[in-house]
Amino acid sequence: MSASAVDFNDIQGIVRFGYRRLSEASFLLLKIRDAAAARSWLKTAPVSTAEELSDPPKTALQLAFTYEGLQALGVLPDVLAGFSPEFLSGMTGEYSRSRRLGDIGANAPQSWRWGAPGKVPHLLAMLYAQPGHLQSWTDTIKSGQWDAAFEVLDCLPTSDLENVEPFGFADGVSQPTLDWQFRRSPHGDQLEYGNLVSLGEFLLGYPNEYGKYTDRPLLAADKPHSSNLPAAEDAPDKRDLGRNGAYVVFRNLQQDVRGFWRFLDTQTGSHSQARQALAESMVGRKMNGDPLLPLTSEPIAGVDAQSAAQNQFTYDSDSDGMQCPFGAHVRRANPRNPDLPGQPAAGLPQLFDTLGLGSRKFRDDVIASARFHRLLRRGREYGPGLSPEQAIADGPDTGEHGIHFICLVANISRQFEFVQNAWLMNTKFDAMTEERDPLLGNRAAIDGCPYSDTFSIPKESGLRDRIMDVPQFVTVRGGAYFFLPSLSALRYFAALS
Amino acid sequence: MTPQSNFMIVAAIDPQREEELRTLLASMNREPGVVDPMNAVIPFRQLKYLHFARTLILKDQTVGDITAYGLPRPDYPTYLVFLGDVDGEMEAFLAHIVEQAGDGLRQLFSHCKDFIHETNLLNWMKARNVTPATIYVNWIGRTVQQVDEEEALRQALESFIQKNSASLNTMQPQQMHDILKKFIADEQKSGRITLTPAKPTPLNWEIRNFLHLIGVPLLLLIASPLLLLYLPFFLFQLRRREKTDPEIAPRVDAAHASQLALLEDHDVINQFSAAGTLKPGWFRRSTIIFLLWIIDYTAKHIYSRGRLARVSTIHFARWVFIDDKKRLLFASNYDGSLESYMDDFINKVGFGLNVVFGNGVGYPKTNWLFLDGAKDEQKFKNFLRRHQLPTEVWYNAHPGLTATNKQRNTLIREGLEQVSMTESEIREWLKLF
Repeated sequence: MSASAVDFNDIQGIVRFGYRRLSEASFLLLKIRDAAAARSWLKTAPVSTAEELSDPPKTALQLAFTYEGLQALGVLPDVLAGFSPEFLSGMTGEYSRSRRLGDIGANAPQSWRWGAPGKVPHLLAMLYAQPGHLQSWTDTIKSGQWDAAFEVLDCLPTSDLENVEPFGFADGVSQPTLDWQFRRSPHGDQLEYGNLVSLGEFLLGYPNEYGKYTDRPLLAADKPHSSNLPAAEDAPDKRDLGRNGAYVVFRNLQQDVRGFWRFLDTQTGSHSQARQALAESMVGRKMNGDPLLPLTSEPIAGVDAQSAAQNQFTYDSDSDGMQCPFGAHVRRANPRNPDLPGQPAAGLPQLFDTLGLGSRKFRDDVIASARFHRLLRRGREYGPGLSPEQAIADGPDTGEHGIHFICLVANISRQFEFVQNAWLMNTKFDAMTEERDPLLGNRAAIDGCPYSDTFSIPKESGLRDRIMDVPQFVTVRGGAYFFLPSLSALRYFAALS
Repeated sequence: MTPQSNFMIVAAIDPQREEELRTLLASMNREPGVVDPMNAVIPFRQLKYLHFARTLILKDQTVGDITAYGLPRPDYPTYLVFLGDVDGEMEAFLAHIVEQAGDGLRQLFSHCKDFIHETNLLNWMKARNVTPATIYVNWIGRTVQQVDEEEALRQALESFIQKNSASLNTMQPQQMHDILKKFIADEQKSGRITLTPAKPTPLNWEIRNFLHLIGVPLLLLIASPLLLLYLPFFLFQLRRREKTDPEIAPRVDAAHASQLALLEDHDVINQFSAAGTLKPGWFRRSTIIFLLWIIDYTAKHIYSRGRLARVSTIHFARWVFIDDKKRLLFASNYDGSLESYMDDFINKVGFGLNVVFGNGVGYPKTNWLFLDGAKDEQKFKNFLRRHQLPTEVWYNAHPGLTATNKQRNTLIREGLEQVSMTESEIREWLKLF
């Protein structure tokens, strides 16, 4: 299978850029009032592309649609049916999905501000601007047919905490490197962990880590307006609505910054160094983003020189969790393992590993193949910054803190839902017993388990330290699955009638 | 050691009474997917040798797929299937369940065509018991009672450690081990903790197991010249079929998928039941019979301690031929949710699935029996979901305990009962908490 060169002009910019320099941003949740007006607005919407400009942009606009939104826009049911089942059902469409995602109890969609059934927006408009320019950019966007087209359900503000999330940790330190040049052609088991990931894991219409094309809507060439769309690589007689598009998982996560630091303060007897150390072992990184374990001597594919100081590591040398606890947030979110356990082996030893022969400790090889579960994160913080000291001290109410978690994937169930369910919310992650992600986890009880709210820190002496009764620090306040179309797909939508 | 065995009662349902049966099965649940362990029909919790059980209405929506081979659509009866995994001999368990839940079972089976109230229930069930072609037991010899006792042991130790962490932390490993050992010895004396020693392994099982252990390789050895001679013909026939066998793995019907999802993820352990039709002809038939025979051997003698190849999340699994080996039923109990189970399948044991399910109608295209197939991720997941059957009633004796949890608890116990341990062994043991 050969993939042609990537047309950056057809891809929304957020796939390639985090727009960090455009430090002002707001996310508008829209309902389509009038489909014709919305389509007419779309025709001229200044959507930013992934093309690198000689002058860095001052503003950017990105657009993504829910299933309900595409319906409202007039996309026909047989075309919509080609999207993934998770997208069609939505983040909150089925109770069983909420169960898997941990959206129960305090996280239940019924108490969300938006995104519960009946409160799903049609459209997400992401506006980015250099400091001082967001208001004028918003005015520019809201021109033309805007008022006739849309009702603004909500405007989610963001704040620039300078690449630190509200608990005070460096954010977005580790990201997969997208294989824009098609250097990878993964075949068979990958024996080393790598950070260079096939483009098809994040963009539809390209081969993914299995070397396959993820399902997406393909249109017969004689369908009206499908001439706006590129041909599908794997089915050249069809037009590809998905190509150069991605799914966006958006979750509005409220962080209890005071609760977090106060709990740690109590646990450590108000000893500021111990408090910070405990926070760092829960997160799995130092506050400045440095890893808790030493860098590997060999480089890791896809970790460039710039980020090597923080990302050239795996957990291979820490099979007992002494340096970074098994349950630490970043170890859960990406366990950094290859397809086969242990050191890369070839020939007979590899065959033995494949067949699962030979002696193993009970924890060995429980988790593997991280490459199929990567997320490209593009989130933004909201609320004022609060230092640990401020958080602990009595002070005026600073309102809500949190993060708009945003990630881009080609397969919602294998990537986002898997990471959320099997790695973050799972009390049994990595052969553990009764703890969820220390930051993100809800603490809902589990039948047959005395606890679901502990956090264990393995110790050299042999016996672990265990923190009991860890409160819930993060509450989900909204969320939805969106489709981030390519520029061609936007033109196709705009041309519908 | 008490070995595990299994039962699976299969009986055709009286078509007039299928809906009534569904209502009865639903009445055994608190909510869809959550059994009432003391329900009036089968009070599962009273059955102290039972690990897992389920009842299914076997109605396979994919039976028509075989028409892709130009064959007529077969007309199989709809079956009621009741299956479980137990400690000790199957006959003894069936006698026990008839004693404990005879009335409920009669009520259940009265929805089947050939059940008359006067019949001897035990004999009726035995006559309809189907033996699996392959059975996998995560840890051969670990009993229901042992899992209960070892979990109580762990919980007692964990809370003792939690209460005494300050003083324990000042000690050397040997001393910690001594203290924990003494604590448990005291708990045992006071009757709060019981650790029942394993029963002697039944002699007839030992003999059967030993004969199987050496018999299968011996047979293979004797047959090897023939098998080698046959190999080129086998490969020729295999490749010819692999090139032309149709793939049937369309997107799963949304209603079917939500019906299945409704029953899942209520516990950290889940059930999976699926049925399919074998590809027609003696070639596929003999291939799958041979391969399941080999896999059964590896499960009995190689993968008997916590892992099926690389997968450590399966408690019990079985592959059963039904309808004169024209169809295959697969049933398993596994940790986590279906997406992670399927990913484990694809990434860790894709080859193993291919050699078996590759003989099923519609399976994603394999190459050389072992390759590709499951690696066509989305088609494979569609295939599995499409063949999956709603498990109407599912009982797990140990909710909340994964296979690795059970293994950890066994290791904790072993470290207490071992006469002497080196310091590094003690350190390893302490890491289990």
